[in-house]
Amino acid sequence: MGDPGVNIERQAQVRARLAALLPAESILFEREDTRPYECDGLSAYRQQPMLVVLPANEDEVRAVLVACHDMRVPVVPRGAGTGLSGGALPMGDGVLLSLARMKKILSLDPAARMARVQPGVRNLAISEAAAPYGLYYAPDPSSQIACTIGGNVAENSGGVHCLKYGLTVHNVARVRGLTIAGEVVEFGSEALDAAGYDLLALMIGSEGMLAVVTEVSVRLVPKPETARCIMASFDDVERAGDAVAGIIAAGIIPAGLEMMDQAATRAVEAFAHAGYDLEAKALLLCEADGNPEEVAGEIARMSEVLQRQGATAIRVSRSEAERLLFWAGRKAAFPAVGRISPDYYCMDGTIPRKRLGEMLRFIAAMEAKYGLRCPNVFHAGDGNLHPLILFDANVPDELHRTEQFAAEVLEKCIALGGTITGEHGVGIEKINQMCVQFSASELALMRGVKAAFDPDGLLNPAKNIPTLHRCAEHGGMHVRAGRLAHPELPRF
Amino acid sequence: MLSPLVDAVRAAAAGGGDGKARALRIAGGGSKDFYGRPTAGEPLDVRGYAGIVAYEPTELVVTARCGTPLAELEATLAASGQMLAFEPPHFGGPPDLQPPHSGGPPGPQPPYSGATATVGGMVAAGLGGPRRQAAGALRDFVLGVTILDGRGEVLSFGGQVMKNVAGYDVSRLMAGSLGTLGIILEVSLKTLPCPVMEETLQFEMPEDKAIATLNRWAGQPLPVTASAWCAGELHVRLSGAPVAVSAARERMGGVRIDADAAQRFWLSIREQSAVFFGAEDALVRPLWRLSVPSTTPAAALDRIEGARLIEWGGALRWAASGTDAATIRDVAAKAGGHATLFRAEAGLRERIGVFQPLAPAALAIHRQLKAAFDPHGIFNPGRMYAEF
Repeated sequence: MGDPGVNIERQAQVRARLAALLPAESILFEREDTRPYECDGLSAYRQQPMLVVLPANEDEVRAVLVACHDMRVPVVPRGAGTGLSGGALPMGDGVLLSLARMKKILSLDPAARMARVQPGVRNLAISEAAAPYGLYYAPDPSSQIACTIGGNVAENSGGVHCLKYGLTVHNVARVRGLTIAGEVVEFGSEALDAAGYDLLALMIGSEGMLAVVTEVSVRLVPKPETARCIMASFDDVERAGDAVAGIIAAGIIPAGLEMMDQAATRAVEAFAHAGYDLEAKALLLCEADGNPEEVAGEIARMSEVLQRQGATAIRVSRSEAERLLFWAGRKAAFPAVGRISPDYYCMDGTIPRKRLGEMLRFIAAMEAKYGLRCPNVFHAGDGNLHPLILFDANVPDELHRTEQFAAEVLEKCIALGGTITGEHGVGIEKINQMCVQFSASELALMRGVKAAFDPDGLLNPAKNIPTLHRCAEHGGMHVRAGRLAHPELPRF
Repeated sequence: MLSPLVDAVRAAAAGGGDGKARALRIAGGGSKDFYGRPTAGEPLDVRGYAGIVAYEPTELVVTARCGTPLAELEATLAASGQMLAFEPPHFGGPPDLQPPHSGGPPGPQPPYSGATATVGGMVAAGLGGPRRQAAGALRDFVLGVTILDGRGEVLSFGGQVMKNVAGYDVSRLMAGSLGTLGIILEVSLKTLPCPVMEETLQFEMPEDKAIATLNRWAGQPLPVTASAWCAGELHVRLSGAPVAVSAARERMGGVRIDADAAQRFWLSIREQSAVFFGAEDALVRPLWRLSVPSTTPAAALDRIEGARLIEWGGALRWAASGTDAATIRDVAAKAGGHATLFRAEAGLRERIGVFQPLAPAALAIHRQLKAAFDPHGIFNPGRMYAEF
């Protein structure tokens, strides 16, 4: 049975073509088989794909791409489907290309500190394979147990340690990919750079719109000898924000620097029992890593700064177990919030850190305006904020109010000099806000970048970069330096 | 002033009486004119668009216009105890090799009196110095750019924040694009605190052992931030908290060298004023830059005659060599890297090209990107590859 949204004739035609290229079990078309692929981590958006294909190797990926290119069938690549912006949302007239079966670690060279892996390898599996050599893969998105490296490349994933250790773009040396026409392109190299334009930087974070990743070389780094974490309480969120600036001003780049507001710590504590101070208006987690003497020194310096900045309580982890417990709460923030509310909506804006107080006051005002609660967790070191709007999709109008709440917050991020997405991607979710963040000419240039790889617009179209038409419909008015965006379009 | 640049670009794109677009050679301080293929075109001096627009040490971000002297930017950061961690080479005039004596740990590096390098040129060249092996490349520190494209439009990408995945990462694409995609008007860069302490150790060891040793150290949590091997001598720089540096020194051994001498040494590597580079000889013996996986054995480069200098923990091999370009490029490619004709007389750079030739699919993407940014082909034509 096909979906009402799927054209059965077209499905049969494309299926027949692909059936000649892949084993039968690698093509899913029955509705109950394709249903698990109807959404990614952003479940508010769902769409049954026309077909799902599960190639086992690069040759099969190429065969699928060449056939789809030839038949003008859109292709949406997908890893583990943990993305939070609908970047892997299928198309009713398209093929959903799952790379999940390509999950071999092809080589791991401890001397060169490099692992060559297929795109479906899980983020955490790389660090586990590298552990016997005292090495690991640094980016640690909270979904690292499930998310794949191919998806990390598509989204330029971060994690709680990226202020010191960088994002995916800083830790991936090389990507091998296929264009929609099935041509192999090597991006970057296992040296420290590559000839020509930095196409690797362009590929990373491109949301699967430029090429399909078939192999990734990641850099492995030595595990620090030890790490310790400070948990500091503040009776005022802005004071906690100032304390973060104080640590940076003291010349310290902590291995991790996270903030939670009181609503978040209360939700988390009931779930993770991390021992958080529930009276504090804000909690900071500050981690130091290195050799034991170095860590002791940095913990002392950070504690001094935090005291001076008005921390009401300071606890330092006394064991590795306690350090992990401090983090367990923070890392469980999303599931914990999922427990106290039927639904929640996670945002991902980034702002200059000094605007944090202003942003949190704005969010509080939005809570009142829309009648919805919104706890906040914050990658404080790099200004990346994750407000979590709590709602119940079964209550009429709550999803709609949530979306309006979120849109206002994202547009506030832009107004404060930040961005609508720090690490989750634009996908389908934030595509309207792209019209606010970028001018018509900037969007046109980005479409030119897409066309340089995919002139027919078949690879994950309709994500990330909006058309001018869509921007006009959204009514997002990009006003920067007194210029009105898209003056060429009529307004109603 | 921005408007003269916009006017100049629009005029060049519109072309003369014959309607043919005119090529422009984007010019800053001229310190890296030697790098890349020679490009014809009318010079367009962008140094008038200068100045540090914003700098907030606690946000770890600085924003500067293209014409800002690199020395000025570095001095401003140093005054707040911060730096550009990729340690960009200036190559502008003779670097001051006699920094004032500094007691205690080496402080931020002084500005160079003769230097002409600008911020825009630094980003366009995309080069990093000794600290690149530990801190990352210039592109890793680019947070946002404002560019003037080939239609004369001012466009902004990225921003002043550490994490930003809205749209394609056009900002990093500008790093190392040699001005072929557009004029970099303004750039925002991540800054980092200067290390509290640095020490340089010296070892005697042959090339193969140096490569193996550097890779072994890199696999351990040691604060190695620079390395250079030449003619049997290995220098390694450690940076960080005093306890971390001294613990590493005990583990690694070697002879500690005087702080002033160490600073002069790393400057001579960064600025290529060390004897090995013999800049004035480049006309006779071209200087090749081989970027290869760090574990590439010395023997893999045997087909390249001449002296070698190694940096970046083994990942960067300099060769002053008269071996033919095809052989050198083949050696680099077989090792999994690429070769650049870094310094040579203009005729040779024009004839054999500077950068490793691209595979056909990659070249096609390059040409399409060039057309998207610069549809009339006015910016630095041929500077990177003859084809665009």
